[in-house]
Amino acid sequence: MQPRTVLGAATVHRFDAIVVGAGGAGLRCALELSEHDYSVAVISKLYPVRSHTGAAQGGVGAALGNEEEDKPEWHFFDTVKGSDYLGDQDAIELMCEEAIAAVYELEHFGLPFSRTPDGKIAQRPFGGHTRNFGEAPVKRAAYAADRTGHMILHTLFDQCVKKEVRFFNEFYVLDLLKDGDACLGVVAYELATGEIHIFQAKATFIGTGGYGRVYSITSNAHASTGDCMAVCLRRGIPLEDMEFVQFHPTGLRRLGILVSEAARGEGGILRNREDLDNIGSGKDGFMAAVAPTVKDLAPRDMVARAIYDEIKAGRGIDGSGDTGSDYVYLDLVHLGEMVINTKLPDISHFSRTYLAVDPIVEPIPVQPTTHYAMGGIPTDTQGRVMRNARNEPVEGLYAAGEVACVSVHGANRLGTNSLVDIVVFGRRAGADMARYLKDAQFGHIGSEPDAFVRSEIDRLKHGGGKERVADIRKAMQSVMMVNSGVFRTEENLTTARDTIAELRQRYRQVGVGDQSDYFNTELVEAVELGFMLDIAGTIAESALNRTESRGAHSREDYPERDDKNWLKHTFISVDEDGQVSFDYKPVTITKFKPKPRVY
Amino acid sequence: MQVTVEIWRYDPVTEESHFDSFVREADPTERVLDVMLAIKDEDDGSVAFRKSCAHGVCGSDAMEINGLNRLACQVLIQDLETDLIRIRPLRGMKVLRDLIVDMDPFFEGLKQVQPYFIPAEEAPATEYRQSIDERAAFDDTTKCIMCGACTTSCPSFWSNDAYLGPAAFVKAHRFIFDSRDAGDSVRSCFRPRRLAVAPASSWSLV
Ligand SMILES: Cc1cc2nc3c(=O)[nH]c(=O)nc-3n(C[C@H](O)[C@H](O)[C@H](O)COP(=O)(O)OP(=O)(O)OC[C@H]3O[C@@H](n4cnc5c(N)ncnc54)[C@H](O)[C@@H]3O)c2cc1C
Ligand code: SF4
Ligand code: FES
Repeated sequence: MQPRTVLGAATVHRFDAIVVGAGGAGLRCALELSEHDYSVAVISKLYPVRSHTGAAQGGVGAALGNEEEDKPEWHFFDTVKGSDYLGDQDAIELMCEEAIAAVYELEHFGLPFSRTPDGKIAQRPFGGHTRNFGEAPVKRAAYAADRTGHMILHTLFDQCVKKEVRFFNEFYVLDLLKDGDACLGVVAYELATGEIHIFQAKATFIGTGGYGRVYSITSNAHASTGDCMAVCLRRGIPLEDMEFVQFHPTGLRRLGILVSEAARGEGGILRNREDLDNIGSGKDGFMAAVAPTVKDLAPRDMVARAIYDEIKAGRGIDGSGDTGSDYVYLDLVHLGEMVINTKLPDISHFSRTYLAVDPIVEPIPVQPTTHYAMGGIPTDTQGRVMRNARNEPVEGLYAAGEVACVSVHGANRLGTNSLVDIVVFGRRAGADMARYLKDAQFGHIGSEPDAFVRSEIDRLKHGGGKERVADIRKAMQSVMMVNSGVFRTEENLTTARDTIAELRQRYRQVGVGDQSDYFNTELVEAVELGFMLDIAGTIAESALNRTESRGAHSREDYPERDDKNWLKHTFISVDEDGQVSFDYKPVTITKFKPKPRVY
Repeated sequence: MQVTVEIWRYDPVTEESHFDSFVREADPTERVLDVMLAIKDEDDGSVAFRKSCAHGVCGSDAMEINGLNRLACQVLIQDLETDLIRIRPLRGMKVLRDLIVDMDPFFEGLKQVQPYFIPAEEAPATEYRQSIDERAAFDDTTKCIMCGACTTSCPSFWSNDAYLGPAAFVKAHRFIFDSRDAGDSVRSCFRPRRLAVAPASSWSLV
């Protein structure tokens, strides 16, 4: 093999449409586009089946009513209430209605759902999903054991293989090509060779997932680094509602590996140190006092806070009061071997492998783990990216899935609603792109569209910087976990913001030792860190700015929800000098007027 | 405890390969992947390997660890029962750099089994019905994460270019034994030539 240099000319590709990201959102979008006669390419930094959609466990929410009566209106209401009234109700209504067809469609693509005794798709209860506007939990999560995301990812990928969709695997998108308010494609770095590629397109879709790795304890994959949110921010597109970060109540202690809410859906109970005698009894735990109707199936934000409250009050298992290290128990013992092995096989396996704890005989040590990005790139219900709070689109640019903010999850996402989101809005974006492509033209790209990317790579590889990626990344992850986590105050958010600003300065001095062009994973990690620092900054700034508590954003210094001043979406922008500015968009309210959120 | 980690290095430019050795402190309950990441962070950033989910669900980090193909994120140090850890790339695939092998032929090969659902009937208004037992018949083979560990540990795969290897059978089984699928006839051209298919009940995989 001949060494190649990154200074040579870039390879230029032209497609009618490109899809960045091959998780559930990207693949569903690509499938929709494959119904038409356009040239399409999917670009992904991972092999498609490695995408983090494959880690989703518990289920995909749809009011199929297979196990008991259910209605899309109830799903709609639960999602609005779960969002703490920040979700846009037009988008939520549409999602809950289309969820039903979307789930049947997945089944028609061959998805092996678990089954009811009469052969229908099986469903189970999940946090915040209720019957008749909050009366009691309802079985709404359609599932395939605790591997629902794996089945969705593989089923969609299989269909893409069937349709002969073109993939560029292990291509890392680093920049967006823009001309004024139009998107003309992307710039990508080929991991195998270090070559730069220009992908010119009339329509570009972004489905690059979340940013959990900004935090030290997370259920997210190493690849979940918020890349394309940061790319958009750098290219002048604001990000919406970045203060809303979901902490899932039950991550495996220290590791953050997720124990799905399905475990509580099947009857699991959280226990503190005063409750050890009740292990295996099936008796109520501490959640019964926090949420009397739904108990352990309260929405995630409430359960995560309740766990921290227990720990702070010295009722964590080790009693230290330290939310960083203390934990509580998730008790499945009373469910018995049969339920645990057939309905929750993977999470039992994780618990045995990583903690040497067998949930059949003993409770699982758990603590909250950073899980999901409610905020992201602002879009409308067609998946079109908005360039400001006044609903003006970026021509030819689309996004859906965790990277985007429609907003259907508002201030707190309900479990099972992300898998719905990716298939419903992935499809809608693909359909709108196909419409858009009818009259769209290729834009004119300037003479050196890759100049920025080349100079960044050059600086990291040859700039002689002495700072190490790992040091800055660790500092970022820990400051975010401690200061921009489940509970927030002006003081700790200021610490987070200022520390991130310092780390960004240090990042300018980062040097990459590996000089190779071939699979330079050290370089990739350095670039990812740059993206994550940008994201961390927007989270801390937006959280400091919002002086109320709503959903997952819990300010100890502003403990109440403040509908008078804050029933609105945050749009954060950062200019070239790093100056932050905010704008706001009203929440779309159709059927459900904001009410206090009690369960 | 102290561990010695020997990692296979391959440079595609010089085409030279060797083991690099790293001595580190590690907790017995750490994953092999954790130790590799610590080496990358603190000792030598240029060690190249794939990783993503870190808990055995994405299939990125299959490699040969002390002679067996495994996922680095699924093996704890204590599971190895030794303080010498020797890591090599999967065999039978072209090594691109260090522990990274070319997976394209693996994914291309799978296409020969028509690895997608071919419905037996027109889609109904709701779901295709399938009993709990029918669903259970192919449960094991739905779990494959396409890591390639099985295929690349098979000597026949190393020596015979035409042989697709076990992962392809797993994928084929997942559809052949799905009561909703009618792809048997198209997949059968693959079936008898490659493998005498055992009844589902005796076929326990993954
Ligand atoms: C452990 C776990 C369990 C979950 N369980 C559930 C559940 O039960 N129900 C539910 O509804 N939700 C669940 N979720 C949430 C849900 O799985 C995710 O939000 C959703 O799958 C995200 O899908 P996506 O398509 O947006 O992104 P992803 O699946 O993360 O895909 C991102 C894609 O983008 C690519 N990419 C990223 N950056 C770049 C770049 N710079 N250049 C090129 N490509 C790039 C990646 O390679 C990947 O292909 C869970 C999440 C986790 C972490
Ligand atoms: S069947 Fe083979 S490719 Fe599939 S998960 Fe098992 S070892 Fe990996
Ligand atoms: S990193 Fe995903 S399987 Fe190991």
